[in-house]
Amino acid sequence: MAEVNTGDGGGGHGKHDKKRAKKLSTRIDMTPMVDLAFLLLTFFVMTSTFNKAKTMEINFPADEPDKEKQQKVNNALTFIMSKDNSIYYYYGEFFPANNKNGKPATELTKTDFSKDGLHKLLLDKNKSTVEAINKLSEQLKIREIADTTYKRLAVNAKGDKTALTVLIKADDKAVYKNVIDLIDELNVCQVGKYAVVDMMPAEFELVTAAGTK
Amino acid sequence: MPKIKMPKANPSLDMTPMVDLAFLLVTFFMLTASVRVSEPVVVDTPSSTSDKILPDNVLLVSIDRFGKAFFNISNPQVRISTLDRMGEQHKIKFTDEEKKRFGAMTSIGVPIDKLKEYIKLDDSQRQKVKSPGIPVDSLDNQLGEWIQFGRIEAAKQARGEKDKAESLGREFKYEPMRFAIKADGAASYIAVQDIIKIFTKKDIYRFNLITNLEQPEE
Repeated sequence: MAEVNTGDGGGGHGKHDKKRAKKLSTRIDMTPMVDLAFLLLTFFVMTSTFNKAKTMEINFPADEPDKEKQQKVNNALTFIMSKDNSIYYYYGEFFPANNKNGKPATELTKTDFSKDGLHKLLLDKNKSTVEAINKLSEQLKIREIADTTYKRLAVNAKGDKTALTVLIKADDKAVYKNVIDLIDELNVCQVGKYAVVDMMPAEFELVTAAGTK
Repeated sequence: MPKIKMPKANPSLDMTPMVDLAFLLVTFFMLTASVRVSEPVVVDTPSSTSDKILPDNVLLVSIDRFGKAFFNISNPQVRISTLDRMGEQHKIKFTDEEKKRFGAMTSIGVPIDKLKEYIKLDDSQRQKVKSPGIPVDSLDNQLGEWIQFGRIEAAKQARGEKDKAESLGREFKYEPMRFAIKADGAASYIAVQDIIKIFTKKDIYRFNLITNLEQPEE
Protein backbone atom coordinates (compact mmCIF):
# COMPACT_ATOMS: atom_id res chain seq x y z
CA MET A 1 0.00 0.00 0.00
CA ALA A 2 1.56 3.26 1.06
CA GLU A 3 5.29 3.56 0.78
CA VAL A 4 7.32 4.97 3.58
CA ASN A 5 10.01 7.39 2.61
CA THR A 6 12.89 6.63 4.92
CA GLY A 7 14.69 9.79 3.87
CA ASP A 8 18.24 8.33 3.91
CA GLY A 9 19.19 9.74 0.55
CA GLY A 10 16.55 7.95 -1.36
CA GLY A 11 15.77 11.09 -3.35
CA GLY A 12 19.34 11.48 -4.59
CA HIS A 13 19.55 8.07 -6.17
CA GLY A 14 16.46 8.70 -8.19
CA LYS A 15 18.49 10.58 -10.81
CA HIS A 16 20.55 7.65 -12.06
CA ASP A 17 17.67 5.32 -11.67
CA LYS A 18 16.13 4.60 -14.95
CA LYS A 19 13.47 2.61 -13.36
CA ARG A 20 10.15 4.24 -13.61
CA ALA A 21 8.21 4.85 -10.43
CA LYS A 22 6.31 1.73 -9.69
CA LYS A 23 2.68 2.16 -10.57
CA LEU A 24 0.72 1.75 -7.46
CA SER A 25 -2.46 -0.12 -7.72
CA THR A 26 -5.48 2.00 -6.94
CA ARG A 27 -7.13 -0.93 -5.24
CA ILE A 28 -6.51 -1.34 -1.60
CA ASP A 29 -6.86 -4.51 0.31
CA MET A 30 -10.13 -4.26 2.17
CA THR A 31 -9.98 -7.65 3.83
CA PRO A 32 -9.11 -6.39 7.34
CA MET A 33 -11.86 -3.83 7.21
CA VAL A 34 -14.42 -6.37 6.12
CA ASP A 35 -13.21 -8.72 8.82
CA LEU A 36 -13.74 -6.04 11.38
CA ALA A 37 -17.14 -5.20 9.96
CA PHE A 38 -18.28 -8.78 10.32
CA LEU A 39 -16.85 -8.99 13.78
CA LEU A 40 -18.85 -5.96 14.81
CA LEU A 41 -21.89 -7.33 13.07
CA THR A 42 -21.67 -10.57 14.98
CA PHE A 43 -21.18 -8.71 18.22
CA PHE A 44 -24.20 -6.49 17.79
CA VAL A 45 -26.41 -9.31 16.61
CA MET A 46 -25.46 -11.33 19.67
CA THR A 47 -25.94 -8.56 22.18
CA SER A 48 -29.08 -6.97 20.86
CA THR A 49 -32.29 -7.91 22.58
CA PHE A 50 -35.23 -7.97 20.32
CA ASN A 51 -38.10 -8.92 22.49
CA LYS A 52 -39.31 -6.23 24.77
CA ALA A 53 -40.89 -7.35 27.97
CA LYS A 54 -44.47 -8.48 27.70
CA THR A 55 -46.98 -7.52 30.29
CA MET A 56 -50.36 -8.39 31.58
CA GLU A 57 -52.56 -5.55 32.71
CA ILE A 58 -54.55 -6.10 35.82
CA ASN A 59 -56.52 -4.04 38.28
CA PHE A 60 -56.43 -4.79 41.94
CA PRO A 61 -59.33 -3.94 44.19
CA ALA A 62 -59.00 -1.21 46.77
CA ASP A 63 -58.76 -2.21 50.38
CA GLU A 64 -62.16 -2.95 51.82
CA PRO A 65 -62.82 -0.83 54.84
CA ASP A 66 -64.89 -3.63 56.28
CA LYS A 67 -62.90 -6.81 55.98
CA GLU A 68 -65.47 -9.20 57.31
CA LYS A 69 -68.20 -8.07 55.02
CA GLN A 70 -68.61 -10.63 52.33
CA GLN A 71 -69.22 -9.34 48.89
CA LYS A 72 -72.31 -10.55 47.14
CA VAL A 73 -71.36 -11.81 43.72
CA ASN A 74 -73.61 -13.87 41.59
CA ASN A 75 -72.19 -16.69 39.54
CA ALA A 76 -68.93 -16.57 41.41
CA LEU A 77 -66.21 -19.14 41.27
CA THR A 78 -63.54 -18.93 43.92
CA PHE A 79 -60.10 -20.39 43.46
CA ILE A 80 -57.74 -20.89 46.32
CA MET A 81 -54.10 -21.58 45.62
CA SER A 82 -51.97 -23.47 48.05
CA LYS A 83 -48.66 -25.29 48.38
CA ASP A 84 -47.15 -27.50 45.69
CA ASN A 85 -49.13 -25.86 42.89
CA SER A 86 -52.36 -27.27 44.24
CA ILE A 87 -55.52 -25.39 43.48
CA TYR A 88 -58.94 -25.68 45.07
CA TYR A 89 -62.21 -24.17 44.07
CA TYR A 90 -65.78 -23.81 45.15
CA TYR A 91 -68.75 -22.41 43.36
CA GLY A 92 -71.11 -19.76 44.66
CA GLU A 93 -71.24 -18.24 48.08
CA PHE A 94 -69.13 -19.42 50.97
CA PHE A 95 -70.91 -21.09 53.85
CA PRO A 96 -68.96 -21.95 56.95
CA ALA A 97 -69.84 -25.10 58.85
CA ASN A 98 -72.87 -24.75 61.15
CA ASN A 99 -73.96 -21.49 59.61
CA LYS A 100 -77.19 -19.92 60.68
CA ASN A 101 -78.79 -20.09 57.25
CA GLY A 102 -78.83 -23.83 57.55
CA LYS A 103 -77.00 -24.30 54.27
CA PRO A 104 -74.52 -27.15 53.87
CA ALA A 105 -70.94 -26.15 54.55
CA THR A 106 -68.85 -25.27 51.52
CA GLU A 107 -66.51 -27.97 50.37
CA LEU A 108 -63.42 -27.45 48.33
CA THR A 109 -62.78 -29.39 45.18
CA LYS A 110 -59.24 -29.98 44.07
CA THR A 111 -58.11 -29.42 40.53
CA ASP A 112 -54.85 -28.82 38.70
CA PHE A 113 -53.38 -26.70 35.95
CA SER A 114 -53.70 -29.41 33.30
CA LYS A 115 -55.89 -29.15 30.25
CA ASP A 116 -58.52 -31.46 31.66
CA GLY A 117 -58.53 -29.72 35.00
CA LEU A 118 -58.69 -25.98 35.13
CA HIS A 119 -59.17 -25.31 31.44
CA LYS A 120 -62.12 -27.65 31.11
CA LEU A 121 -63.71 -26.40 34.29
CA LEU A 122 -63.49 -22.78 33.23
CA LEU A 123 -64.83 -23.43 29.75
CA ASP A 124 -67.69 -25.34 31.26
CA LYS A 125 -68.59 -22.72 33.83
CA ASN A 126 -68.14 -19.89 31.41
CA LYS A 127 -69.97 -21.57 28.56
CA SER A 128 -72.39 -18.76 27.76
CA THR A 129 -69.65 -16.16 27.39
CA VAL A 130 -67.38 -18.44 25.39
CA GLU A 131 -70.23 -19.25 23.04
CA ALA A 132 -71.18 -15.62 22.66
CA ILE A 133 -67.60 -14.68 21.84
CA ASN A 134 -67.18 -17.57 19.43
CA LYS A 135 -70.29 -16.41 17.63
CA LEU A 136 -68.89 -12.90 17.44
CA SER A 137 -65.58 -14.06 16.03
CA GLU A 138 -67.47 -16.10 13.42
CA GLN A 139 -69.26 -12.94 12.43
CA LEU A 140 -65.96 -11.12 12.33
CA LYS A 141 -64.52 -13.77 10.05
CA ILE A 142 -67.22 -13.38 7.44
CA ARG A 143 -66.95 -9.61 7.79
CA GLU A 144 -70.42 -9.19 9.13
CA ILE A 145 -69.19 -6.91 11.88
CA ALA A 146 -66.26 -4.56 12.02
CA ASP A 147 -63.12 -5.02 14.06
CA THR A 148 -63.96 -2.33 16.58
CA THR A 149 -67.53 -3.55 16.93
CA TYR A 150 -66.21 -7.00 17.69
CA LYS A 151 -63.98 -5.68 20.42
CA ARG A 152 -66.76 -3.69 21.99
CA LEU A 153 -69.23 -6.56 21.87
CA ALA A 154 -66.65 -9.00 23.25
CA VAL A 155 -66.01 -6.72 26.20
CA ASN A 156 -69.75 -6.41 26.74
CA ALA A 157 -70.17 -10.17 26.65
CA LYS A 158 -67.41 -10.64 29.19
CA GLY A 159 -68.85 -8.00 31.47
CA ASP A 160 -72.37 -9.34 31.24
CA LYS A 161 -74.29 -9.69 34.47
CA THR A 162 -74.67 -13.41 34.06
CA ALA A 163 -71.03 -13.95 33.08
CA LEU A 164 -68.76 -15.86 35.37
CA THR A 165 -66.94 -13.94 38.07
CA VAL A 166 -63.76 -15.42 39.42
CA LEU A 167 -62.21 -14.65 42.76
CA ILE A 168 -58.58 -15.57 43.18
CA LYS A 169 -57.19 -16.20 46.61
CA ALA A 170 -53.84 -17.56 47.64
CA ASP A 171 -52.45 -18.74 50.93
CA ASP A 172 -48.93 -18.18 52.21
CA LYS A 173 -47.54 -21.27 50.52
CA ALA A 174 -48.65 -20.42 47.03
CA VAL A 175 -46.11 -19.05 44.60
CA TYR A 176 -46.57 -16.10 42.31
CA LYS A 177 -46.39 -18.27 39.23
CA ASN A 178 -49.60 -20.06 40.18
CA VAL A 179 -51.50 -16.81 40.31
CA ILE A 180 -50.16 -15.70 36.95
CA ASP A 181 -50.96 -19.08 35.42
CA LEU A 182 -54.50 -18.87 36.70
CA ILE A 183 -55.03 -15.32 35.43
CA ASP A 184 -53.63 -16.40 32.12
CA GLU A 185 -56.02 -19.31 31.95
CA LEU A 186 -58.88 -16.94 32.72
CA ASN A 187 -57.83 -14.75 29.83
CA VAL A 188 -57.69 -17.74 27.54
CA CYS A 189 -61.14 -18.85 28.67
CA GLN A 190 -62.65 -15.41 28.08
CA VAL A 191 -63.38 -14.70 31.71
CA GLY A 192 -63.58 -10.94 31.92
CA LYS A 193 -64.45 -10.45 35.54
CA TYR A 194 -61.84 -11.56 38.00
CA ALA A 195 -60.22 -10.17 41.06
CA VAL A 196 -57.36 -11.15 43.31
CA VAL A 197 -58.64 -10.80 46.85
CA ASP A 198 -57.67 -11.67 50.38
CA MET A 199 -58.68 -14.93 51.91
CA MET A 200 -61.17 -15.24 54.71
CA PRO A 201 -60.01 -17.03 57.87
CA ALA A 202 -62.64 -19.72 57.45
CA GLU A 203 -61.40 -20.45 53.97
CA PHE A 204 -57.85 -20.60 55.19
CA GLU A 205 -58.78 -23.28 57.69
CA LEU A 206 -60.53 -25.24 55.00
CA VAL A 207 -57.53 -25.13 52.70
CA THR A 208 -55.12 -26.09 55.46
CA ALA A 209 -57.34 -29.03 56.32
CA ALA A 210 -57.54 -30.08 52.69
CA GLY A 211 -53.77 -29.79 52.32
CA THR A 212 -52.95 -32.05 55.25
CA LYS A 213 -55.42 -34.70 54.26
CA MET B 1 -5.91 -34.94 -29.41
CA PRO B 2 -6.31 -31.39 -28.46
CA LYS B 3 -6.12 -30.59 -24.86
CA ILE B 4 -9.34 -29.67 -23.20
CA LYS B 5 -9.24 -26.02 -22.54
CA MET B 6 -10.63 -25.07 -19.25
CA PRO B 7 -12.27 -21.69 -19.30
CA LYS B 8 -10.21 -19.39 -17.23
CA ALA B 9 -12.38 -18.20 -14.42
CA ASN B 10 -11.40 -15.37 -12.23
CA PRO B 11 -11.08 -16.81 -8.73
CA SER B 12 -11.77 -13.54 -7.02
CA LEU B 13 -15.40 -12.58 -6.99
CA ASP B 14 -16.96 -9.26 -6.40
CA MET B 15 -17.78 -8.98 -2.74
CA THR B 16 -18.95 -5.39 -2.84
CA PRO B 17 -22.68 -6.10 -2.35
CA MET B 18 -21.99 -8.40 0.55
CA VAL B 19 -19.75 -5.87 2.24
CA ASP B 20 -22.35 -3.18 1.63
CA LEU B 21 -24.96 -5.29 3.30
CA ALA B 22 -22.66 -6.13 6.16
CA PHE B 23 -22.04 -2.46 6.85
CA LEU B 24 -25.70 -1.69 6.57
CA LEU B 25 -26.44 -4.29 9.21
CA VAL B 26 -23.61 -3.09 11.41
CA THR B 27 -24.97 0.43 11.25
CA PHE B 28 -28.48 -0.77 12.01
CA PHE B 29 -27.49 -2.81 15.02
CA MET B 30 -25.21 -0.11 16.33
CA LEU B 31 -27.95 2.47 16.17
CA THR B 32 -30.62 0.27 17.68
CA ALA B 33 -28.40 -1.13 20.39
CA SER B 34 -29.14 0.28 23.80
CA VAL B 35 -26.68 0.23 26.58
CA ARG B 36 -27.79 -2.50 28.83
CA VAL B 37 -26.72 -2.18 32.39
CA SER B 38 -26.88 -5.43 34.21
CA GLU B 39 -29.63 -5.81 36.74
CA PRO B 40 -28.61 -6.45 40.33
CA VAL B 41 -31.00 -9.34 40.54
CA VAL B 42 -32.08 -12.23 38.39
CA VAL B 43 -35.83 -12.43 38.11
CA ASP B 44 -37.27 -15.41 36.34
CA THR B 45 -40.70 -14.18 35.32
CA PRO B 46 -43.53 -16.63 34.77
CA SER B 47 -44.89 -16.99 31.27
CA SER B 48 -48.27 -16.02 29.95
CA THR B 49 -50.08 -15.73 26.64
CA SER B 50 -50.36 -11.97 26.91
CA ASP B 51 -48.58 -10.22 24.07
CA LYS B 52 -48.93 -6.64 25.21
CA ILE B 53 -45.66 -4.78 25.15
CA LEU B 54 -44.49 -2.98 28.24
CA PRO B 55 -44.83 0.80 27.85
CA ASP B 56 -41.65 2.87 27.94
CA ASN B 57 -42.48 5.08 30.85
CA VAL B 58 -42.68 2.81 33.85
CA LEU B 59 -42.00 2.62 37.52
CA LEU B 60 -40.80 -0.90 38.01
CA VAL B 61 -40.69 -2.90 41.19
CA SER B 62 -38.88 -6.19 40.87
CA ILE B 63 -39.35 -8.92 43.40
CA ASP B 64 -36.85 -11.73 43.53
CA ARG B 65 -37.55 -15.28 44.62
CA PHE B 66 -36.92 -14.47 48.26
CA GLY B 67 -39.36 -11.58 48.23
CA LYS B 68 -36.74 -8.82 48.20
CA ALA B 69 -37.90 -5.65 46.51
CA PHE B 70 -35.99 -3.64 43.91
CA PHE B 71 -36.96 -0.29 42.55
CA ASN B 72 -36.47 1.31 39.17
CA ILE B 73 -37.79 4.22 37.14
CA SER B 74 -37.21 4.12 33.42
CA ASN B 75 -36.93 7.86 32.88
CA PRO B 76 -33.45 9.07 34.02
CA GLN B 77 -34.58 12.63 34.83
CA VAL B 78 -37.38 11.38 37.01
CA ARG B 79 -34.96 8.97 38.67
CA ILE B 80 -32.64 11.78 39.59
CA SER B 81 -35.32 14.08 40.95
CA THR B 82 -36.81 11.18 42.89
CA LEU B 83 -33.40 10.56 44.44
CA ASP B 84 -33.30 14.23 45.39
CA ARG B 85 -36.59 13.98 47.18
CA MET B 86 -35.57 10.77 48.94
CA GLY B 87 -32.35 12.48 50.02
CA GLU B 88 -34.30 15.40 51.45
CA GLN B 89 -36.58 13.04 53.31
CA HIS B 90 -33.70 11.13 54.87
CA LYS B 91 -31.33 14.09 55.23
CA ILE B 92 -28.75 12.69 52.87
CA LYS B 93 -27.11 15.02 50.41
CA PHE B 94 -26.23 13.57 47.05
CA THR B 95 -23.64 15.32 44.92
CA ASP B 96 -24.21 16.11 41.26
CA GLU B 97 -21.76 13.39 40.31
CA GLU B 98 -23.68 10.84 42.34
CA LYS B 99 -26.96 11.94 40.83
CA LYS B 100 -25.54 11.59 37.36
CA ARG B 101 -24.35 8.09 38.11
CA PHE B 102 -27.66 7.20 39.66
CA GLY B 103 -29.47 8.36 36.54
CA ALA B 104 -27.57 5.83 34.45
CA MET B 105 -28.13 2.95 36.84
CA THR B 106 -30.79 0.30 36.80
CA SER B 107 -32.81 -1.28 39.60
CA ILE B 108 -31.63 -0.60 43.10
CA GLY B 109 -32.15 -2.87 46.03
CA VAL B 110 -30.40 -1.15 48.92
CA PRO B 111 -31.75 0.96 51.76
CA ILE B 112 -31.31 4.69 51.36
CA ASP B 113 -28.50 4.97 53.92
CA LYS B 114 -26.43 2.46 51.95
CA LEU B 115 -27.22 4.02 48.62
CA LYS B 116 -24.28 6.44 48.62
CA GLU B 117 -21.80 3.58 48.83
CA TYR B 118 -23.72 1.60 46.27
CA ILE B 119 -23.64 4.45 43.75
CA LYS B 120 -19.88 4.72 44.21
CA LEU B 121 -19.27 1.16 43.04
CA ASP B 122 -18.80 0.53 39.37
CA ASP B 123 -20.91 -1.83 37.37
CA SER B 124 -18.78 -4.94 37.77
CA GLN B 125 -18.44 -4.41 41.51
CA ARG B 126 -22.17 -3.98 41.87
CA GLN B 127 -22.62 -7.43 40.44
CA LYS B 128 -20.76 -8.91 43.36
CA VAL B 129 -22.60 -6.99 46.04
CA LYS B 130 -25.63 -8.75 47.39
CA SER B 131 -28.49 -6.31 47.60
CA PRO B 132 -30.55 -6.66 50.75
CA GLY B 133 -33.66 -5.29 49.06
CA ILE B 134 -35.49 -2.07 49.81
CA PRO B 135 -37.13 -2.04 53.24
CA VAL B 136 -40.86 -2.51 52.91
CA ASP B 137 -42.14 -3.00 56.42
CA SER B 138 -44.59 -0.54 57.81
CA LEU B 139 -42.14 1.11 60.22
CA ASP B 140 -39.62 1.94 57.55
CA ASN B 141 -41.46 1.77 54.30
CA GLN B 142 -38.82 3.12 51.96
CA LEU B 143 -40.33 1.43 48.93
CA GLY B 144 -43.55 3.32 49.59
CA GLU B 145 -41.59 6.57 49.71
CA TRP B 146 -39.79 5.78 46.49
CA ILE B 147 -43.11 5.07 44.81
CA GLN B 148 -44.72 8.20 46.19
CA PHE B 149 -41.89 10.52 45.19
CA GLY B 150 -41.40 8.80 41.86
CA ARG B 151 -45.00 9.38 41.05
CA ILE B 152 -44.91 13.05 42.03
CA GLU B 153 -41.71 13.68 40.12
CA ALA B 154 -43.02 11.90 37.03
CA ALA B 155 -46.08 14.13 37.08
CA LYS B 156 -43.89 17.20 37.47
CA GLN B 157 -41.69 16.08 34.61
CA ALA B 158 -44.70 15.53 32.36
CA ARG B 159 -46.01 18.95 33.34
CA GLY B 160 -42.69 20.57 32.45
CA GLU B 161 -42.60 18.82 29.11
CA LYS B 162 -46.14 19.88 28.37
CA ASP B 163 -45.38 23.53 29.13
CA LYS B 164 -42.30 23.39 26.98
CA ALA B 165 -44.15 21.80 24.09
CA GLU B 166 -46.92 24.35 24.35
CA SER B 167 -44.54 27.30 24.42
CA LEU B 168 -42.98 25.97 21.24
CA GLY B 169 -46.38 25.40 19.73
CA ARG B 170 -45.90 21.68 19.45
CA GLU B 171 -48.34 18.99 20.20
CA PHE B 172 -47.81 17.17 23.45
CA LYS B 173 -48.80 13.57 23.93
CA TYR B 174 -49.11 12.68 27.54
CA GLU B 175 -48.05 9.21 28.47
CA PRO B 176 -48.80 8.53 32.08
CA MET B 177 -46.28 6.55 34.02
CA ARG B 178 -47.32 2.95 34.44
CA PHE B 179 -46.61 0.77 37.42
CA ALA B 180 -44.98 -2.48 36.54
CA ILE B 181 -44.31 -5.43 38.77
CA LYS B 182 -41.72 -7.95 37.78
CA ALA B 183 -41.85 -10.80 40.19
CA ASP B 184 -40.09 -14.12 40.13
CA GLY B 185 -42.33 -17.09 39.45
CA ALA B 186 -41.03 -18.83 42.53
CA ALA B 187 -41.65 -15.90 44.86
CA SER B 188 -44.25 -16.44 47.49
CA TYR B 189 -47.50 -14.86 46.49
CA ILE B 190 -47.86 -13.26 49.89
CA ALA B 191 -44.62 -11.34 49.35
CA VAL B 192 -45.94 -10.03 46.06
CA GLN B 193 -49.25 -9.21 47.65
CA ASP B 194 -47.56 -7.18 50.37
CA ILE B 195 -45.91 -5.05 47.74
CA ILE B 196 -49.14 -4.66 45.81
CA LYS B 197 -50.71 -3.52 49.08
CA ILE B 198 -48.13 -0.72 49.27
CA PHE B 199 -49.31 0.45 45.89
CA THR B 200 -53.01 0.15 46.65
CA LYS B 201 -52.51 2.16 49.85
CA LYS B 202 -51.31 4.96 47.60
CA ASP B 203 -54.38 4.58 45.41
CA ILE B 204 -52.59 2.84 42.59
CA TYR B 205 -54.71 -0.04 41.40
CA ARG B 206 -53.65 -0.69 37.87
CA PHE B 207 -50.55 -2.74 37.26
CA ASN B 208 -48.56 -4.22 34.48
CA LEU B 209 -47.34 -7.61 35.51
CA ILE B 210 -44.29 -8.52 33.48
CA THR B 211 -44.33 -12.00 32.01
CA ASN B 212 -42.61 -14.00 29.33
CA LEU B 213 -44.46 -14.72 26.17
CA GLU B 214 -45.55 -18.30 25.85
CA GLN B 215 -46.99 -19.77 22.71
CA PRO B 216 -50.51 -21.00 23.31
CA GLU B 217 -50.71 -24.71 22.70
CA GLU B 218 -53.42 -25.81 20.39
